[in-house]
Amino acid sequence: MANHEPHVIAELQNVWKSYGELMALYGLDLEVRAGEVLAILGPNGAGKTTTVNLLLGLAKPLQGSVRVFGCAPDDSRSRTRVGAMLQISAVPQTLRVAELVELFSSYYPDPLALAETLRIAGLEGLEKRPFGQLSGGQRQRVLFALSICGDPELLYLDEPTTGLDVEARRALWQQIRTFVERGRSVVLTTHYLEEADALADRIILLNEGRSIAEGSPTMIKARVTGRRIRCRTRLHTSEIDCIPGVKSVEALDGTIEILTSRAEPVVRELLMRDGELSDLEVIGAALDDAFLALTNKKEAA
Amino acid sequence: MTTTAQSVATPMDGKSRSLTRIFTLEAKYELLKLLRMPAYAIPTVMFPLLFYVFFGLVFGGGRMAGPINMSTYLLATYGAFGVIGASLFGFGVGVAIERGQGWMLLKRATPMPPLAYFTAKIFMALTFSLIIVLGLFALAAIFGGVTMPVSAWLSLAAVLIAGALPFCAFGLALGYFCGPNSAPAIVNLLYLPLAFLSGLWIPVQALPGLLQNLAPALPPYHFSQLALAQIGASAGPAPWVSILYLAVFTALSLGLALFGYRRDEGKTYG
Repeated sequence: MANHEPHVIAELQNVWKSYGELMALYGLDLEVRAGEVLAILGPNGAGKTTTVNLLLGLAKPLQGSVRVFGCAPDDSRSRTRVGAMLQISAVPQTLRVAELVELFSSYYPDPLALAETLRIAGLEGLEKRPFGQLSGGQRQRVLFALSICGDPELLYLDEPTTGLDVEARRALWQQIRTFVERGRSVVLTTHYLEEADALADRIILLNEGRSIAEGSPTMIKARVTGRRIRCRTRLHTSEIDCIPGVKSVEALDGTIEILTSRAEPVVRELLMRDGELSDLEVIGAALDDAFLALTNKKEAA
Repeated sequence: MTTTAQSVATPMDGKSRSLTRIFTLEAKYELLKLLRMPAYAIPTVMFPLLFYVFFGLVFGGGRMAGPINMSTYLLATYGAFGVIGASLFGFGVGVAIERGQGWMLLKRATPMPPLAYFTAKIFMALTFSLIIVLGLFALAAIFGGVTMPVSAWLSLAAVLIAGALPFCAFGLALGYFCGPNSAPAIVNLLYLPLAFLSGLWIPVQALPGLLQNLAPALPPYHFSQLALAQIGASAGPAPWVSILYLAVFTALSLGLALFGYRRDEGKTYG
């Protein structure tokens, strides 16, 4: 697949969407390619859930087209080939894990075996537990199980780890990876930058209903021209600010933090001006920085 | 993009799902879900039975005019009361809660036929209605000394259970227009006064004159008069009038529910 023309399995073309007076998407274009994990990354209110709902046919665009597997998204021919994990608060509390999976499996023409679904979702041993007696992490894994039980070719995960602790989040990531290994495609929305970085092949950065950047996690990181220099120095921030290449300077508890496009000339200059400079660190900008820089740039424009 | 999304579509090759299986499982789990919920199952079944014991049996005994005694008369009206309760709470409150939780949204994202969800709820309401009717019949026959020809028992049971349908439709409409938290209160505020004003607790003839004139405007009144007609105790309009009234009531409720269902399509949760 990697050497071929990307095979598009779902797409939004120039999609506009509003809720009453509130505009949610401004002419969004997006394509999902076979076999990829696409992360839609953005802050709350960026339009991530709206995008997923449009792709699932749960909402209709004001304008523009939505196609999934060549069909309308609410066509049962496309619905039988997709699965979805949505942000919902609860499922019937008194039904047991295996019963819920059995019920959802019946909707699909060629579902996974119950044992396989439970294995991938990490629910072995919880089959007989009513949903109401599960922990938060276990509940998310049940919703994940319901989304994959039909063995979908395309899986939507709408903020799958929101509200989970670090351990439960990493466990779910592992389960998502297990499913992706089957050669399936995934659309993941998240406001956790680390999550997009850990799971995605490609990231679309969404802010206020517009796509503001798109590319591999590495490319997105490269978009912020940046390295971060940390050190202790007697130099004043205003003095550092004058050094060519410095984009911003901040003083934090005696430590100076500098953002720059290229670290080496700035470090050379710093050492020349302050021979006693200590605790020097140069860090590549994390995805968080890229994210902040890109969303802020948009606001400034 | 040169590859079109068009070329990816393939028909479902050979494999197919069983609609019978979907409908059966949906109904089975709808029923199991509520039977395992004592807070729903116990009041829904016990309230009509308890009311019947208090008003139909303890106060019972031959104070009605004509050949029909109170225990027999109130068997029909508390039957209607129980069936309406099961329909409004099981259907109406159930739909409101499942919309609020997002369970319905999750189901709409699957290839589940929407009809499977609704027929399961109808099946559940009919099953609870049957349980209530059988419970009332047992009380009436064993403790109330109620005797009727077998055909009257059967036709009363049939009318009572069929009467669940218009109130399922009404419950569905309420489910689309009530929030998940307010639904139980709103349904109670409609259910209890409507039951009283329609003569389900005490015979409509025993209500004050003004209320007696109001009763024929209310859906539960027509339901109960149809039930009473099966035991020769109806003092209401001809059965076809009540049937027509309930048919229109059902159609209006379904229309309202359909409007709510469509409205949900343009909406998201959370």
